[in-house]
Amino acid sequence: MSERPLKSPAPADAAADDEPRPGRARKPVGWSMITIAVLVAVSATLVWRRDGFSGVLEILTHDLTLFGGILPRVLAGCLLGAFIAEILPHEKVSRSLGPDSGLKGLLIGAAFGAILPGGPFTAYPVASALLTVGADFGATIAMVVSWTLIGYGRAVAWELPIMGTDFTLWRIVISLPLPVLAGAFGRFVYVRMYPKGKGS
Amino acid sequence: MSTALLIDIILWGSVAAVGFIAYRRGRTVMTTSLREGALDFINIVPRIALGVIGSGYIAAVIPQEVITGWLGPNSGWLGVLTAVIAGAATPGGPVVGFSIGAVALRAGGGSPQVLAYVIAWALFAFQRLLLWEIPFMPARFVWFRAAVSVPFPFLAAAIAMAIGKP
Repeated sequence: MSERPLKSPAPADAAADDEPRPGRARKPVGWSMITIAVLVAVSATLVWRRDGFSGVLEILTHDLTLFGGILPRVLAGCLLGAFIAEILPHEKVSRSLGPDSGLKGLLIGAAFGAILPGGPFTAYPVASALLTVGADFGATIAMVVSWTLIGYGRAVAWELPIMGTDFTLWRIVISLPLPVLAGAFGRFVYVRMYPKGKGS
Repeated sequence: MSTALLIDIILWGSVAAVGFIAYRRGRTVMTTSLREGALDFINIVPRIALGVIGSGYIAAVIPQEVITGWLGPNSGWLGVLTAVIAGAATPGGPVVGFSIGAVALRAGGGSPQVLAYVIAWALFAFQRLLLWEIPFMPARFVWFRAAVSVPFPFLAAAIAMAIGKP
């Protein structure tokens, strides 16, 4: 497990054939997992007191099935993120998605988020890869917000059947400007919070 | 579940496409990517196991009717504010979030309020932030993105009120 900072400047990779580029930082078990674990434990206890052991078991079987179905997609997402981080040329990404990429960078980020296949298991590894190879916060925000609000994956699989066509389509139409606005707002705040270049 | 199959095909097709490009770039690129991807996967699986297997319990104990009762059509901007907070606080996956939205609509909730709820949930539901976004991305980015996203459910509700849709 490499624990290098995420934004470690990448060495000129082409030359360093036998010394592969350091990977993305992986975090150890942190407080976010502990929070969820505590929440799950409390909820499971409440379910157990309300519905007994069979209630607990029923939810467990259902969620295990769900987990088994998601697992291959998680692998696909991790591989997608890793491949993208390796093959995208850094200079090009930082030019078209970097801090000086302007409206065009935000539009590219938003378009990328909208067409990205898969769920959170794809979106976040890929967004993290973009940050690693030189995209700025603004373009990455546009991408993540676009994926969550305009991306077709969740809308087709869950929103259409549950919320109905009318609501879903209007929800998406109203959401259309939001990714670029969020990215622009993000950039606006970022340069004021970290006025000295990249901050960090 | 033909949509799920279609999404799987697009997903693995994309993996194959970028994998092929990496393969053409040479052995080192290929092996580095595969190792990075595999390490990410091994690192993330316990978190996802906890979240997915646990979220059923969290969803089972939240009182849905309390959330939906706050989103009535006459609740105005206070209702929108409540919707945004409720969206951020809703645990569980898309089934839970959208089901609560659908129940609220059917129970007579106002469209702008339900819209704000769904969008706030999509943008910064706390469980997705903790479970998916923080493990994959720098925490500094995650909190920054969530904070920057706060005005947008309100903006969406304002647009919905202005155009009278959905």
